[in-house]
Amino acid sequence: MTNSSSSKKQAQDQPETSEPTLKSLKAKMTKSDEKQKKLKDIEISVPIVYGNVAFWLGKKASEYQSHKWAVYVRGATNEDISVVVKKVVFQLHSSFNNPTRVIEEPPFEVSESGWGEFEIAMTLHFHSDVCDKPLSLYHHLKLYPEDESGPLTMKKPVVVESYDEIVFPDPSESFLSRVQNHPALTFPRLPSGYNLPAPMQVEDTGKKKRGDTKDHSLGQWFMSFSEADELLQLAAARQQVQAHIAKLRRQISLLEGQNQTVKTGSDL
Amino acid sequence: MGGTDAKDILGLPKTPLSLTQEKKSRPQKESHRKPDGISREVYALTGGVAPLMPSIDLKRRPPPDEKVAWKWLSFTNSARKDDLQLYHWVRVVNDVPPTGDYSFAKYNKSVDILKYTDEEYENHLTDPVWTKEETDQLFEFCQNFDLRFVVIADRFPVSRTVEELKDRYYSVNRALLRARAQSPADVANHPLMKEPYDITRDRERKRALSMVLSQSRHQEKKDAEILAEAKRITEMRLAARRAEEPDVSANENAGLDKADGVVPGRSVSPTSNSQLPATAVAPSTLTMADYASTLASLRMLHVYLRTYGLEQMVQAASSAVGLRTIKRVEQTLQDLGVNLKPKVPTKTVCDEHLELRKEILTLLNLQKQLQYKESEGSSHREGSYAAMPDTPKDRVFASDPFSFGAERPIKKDQKRKGPGRQADTPSPAHKRPRKLKASDL
Repeated sequence: MTNSSSSKKQAQDQPETSEPTLKSLKAKMTKSDEKQKKLKDIEISVPIVYGNVAFWLGKKASEYQSHKWAVYVRGATNEDISVVVKKVVFQLHSSFNNPTRVIEEPPFEVSESGWGEFEIAMTLHFHSDVCDKPLSLYHHLKLYPEDESGPLTMKKPVVVESYDEIVFPDPSESFLSRVQNHPALTFPRLPSGYNLPAPMQVEDTGKKKRGDTKDHSLGQWFMSFSEADELLQLAAARQQVQAHIAKLRRQISLLEGQNQTVKTGSDL
Repeated sequence: MGGTDAKDILGLPKTPLSLTQEKKSRPQKESHRKPDGISREVYALTGGVAPLMPSIDLKRRPPPDEKVAWKWLSFTNSARKDDLQLYHWVRVVNDVPPTGDYSFAKYNKSVDILKYTDEEYENHLTDPVWTKEETDQLFEFCQNFDLRFVVIADRFPVSRTVEELKDRYYSVNRALLRARAQSPADVANHPLMKEPYDITRDRERKRALSMVLSQSRHQEKKDAEILAEAKRITEMRLAARRAEEPDVSANENAGLDKADGVVPGRSVSPTSNSQLPATAVAPSTLTMADYASTLASLRMLHVYLRTYGLEQMVQAASSAVGLRTIKRVEQTLQDLGVNLKPKVPTKTVCDEHLELRKEILTLLNLQKQLQYKESEGSSHREGSYAAMPDTPKDRVFASDPFSFGAERPIKKDQKRKGPGRQADTPSPAHKRPRKLKASDL
């Protein structure tokens, strides 16, 4: 334990970058922090995908049950996010029976049948060592394809998914130690020489159900999100902008030179 | 009346009442509203309501049995100390001249200045800085000039500031009141006892006032920016804190008070703001403070979505610029083929996106600079020749399509509830100063 306490000091000696008031705020918060010493400038992010898959029921469709849909939150790479997420509360339209659905085990999803599109609120509750504040996601349930003129088909579902990342800017040590090496999240680079305490042994992994969605029944419809394309786009755009900036700077300095000579020339 | 004419023009219903009721109430209103003696239009000028002061009743004529004459008579004024008799026109009714004092004598008011005896002076009122003669003179002046300290200060033989005079006067009064009072409780309610004159506070107040008055416009703008900044920070902290445990609320108030204390404290010494971090002149430094405070408030949340975080940072970046510039940034992003909100918001993507936006802002700034330089240059030149930029400034990347090699697979089924910005919204009309072209001649 001495190891970690000395490294705790090291972390706290890191210079504060911004306002002095942040320090005082931190000072005020230390009493709640004493149980969980927090590190600075380290964040854990959990990439997630949330959305819905909706199948048209075709022949079996009735007026009030035209589609069968599932709304869910999953790890972006289909890893098990229950390491971080304790439960998800789905708030459906009030016309549904028990519109508040609490899902306490992965996969975090709700399947229903209906006819209408509406906004669904998904509130993620985290484990106590992760964060005691819940986080809400909002998704507009989509049943009908964009292309309104096309015929409805039972074979291909309508899929709308959104990618996002849950960011924990101030992870506690216990959180860090528990999740190190877990594939569901991006683990930050710790400051050199920093040693996390060994993770506490949780339940026997054999007993726990698989929480990942790699073999999910709807898995074939899941979208894949790659940052590579967007990065390429952004890099190219930045290059263009930077080139233009350089050109403008040259033009401005040229003009400045010209203006100077004109000024001295026409002294009336 | 004018109201109904206006409503006619606008095509609005005249009154909220139904038609039948209208007919009934209208004639009633009509007889009320038109008063005697004033024409309809004049009455409407006052808004159709009776004026606060009673109007001149022009119909009331003096009864015919009275005999009115005007006489040139002498009068005395009780406000005068001498016996000067002046003359003026007097309205005499039925040969009876009016009685009573000169009508303006009642305005001769003066302040009651306490007078002290020498004994009282010896006992209570001595002061190291003030001699008895000076104090006596001060009080005489106060009496003569009705406590107009500015005049008193001007005429005082020994040069003293207004604050010093006030201080002496009020402290003497307090001492006298205390000395003369039967018991301390009697005087406790005297306004002078409850709120004594504090010379240092007065000096500070006047200094602050003159500082504010002599602020340049530049300073004013800076102050407004800093105040808005501080307000934003406290609001964000409030929002973040409110989401936390309730027992932090006590600290929150202390924090807020501190923030509030910072701002008015600063106004006293505007040139030496050492308390707030963002004091530099350049707007870029102000944005750095924006970023830092946004990051701080994000951390306070303990958990947030990266898209939310990016939104906040983009807002911080745009906080110092106007709406038009923001729209231009977005237009440029579109022209470059970049999503306004990244579809795959990983940390790297978001950082890159933010950097791109910042660079676009720099680009737009430079464009503006270039325009200014050009117009500067053209105004110096006598003739009409002015460098006309060949690329349209408002849409830098419009003409060249984004020709980066790889395919850009736009996932069409990934429609989010994003901003519905289409290419059909034209870029806002940019009011550029019209420069002389050679073709104009």
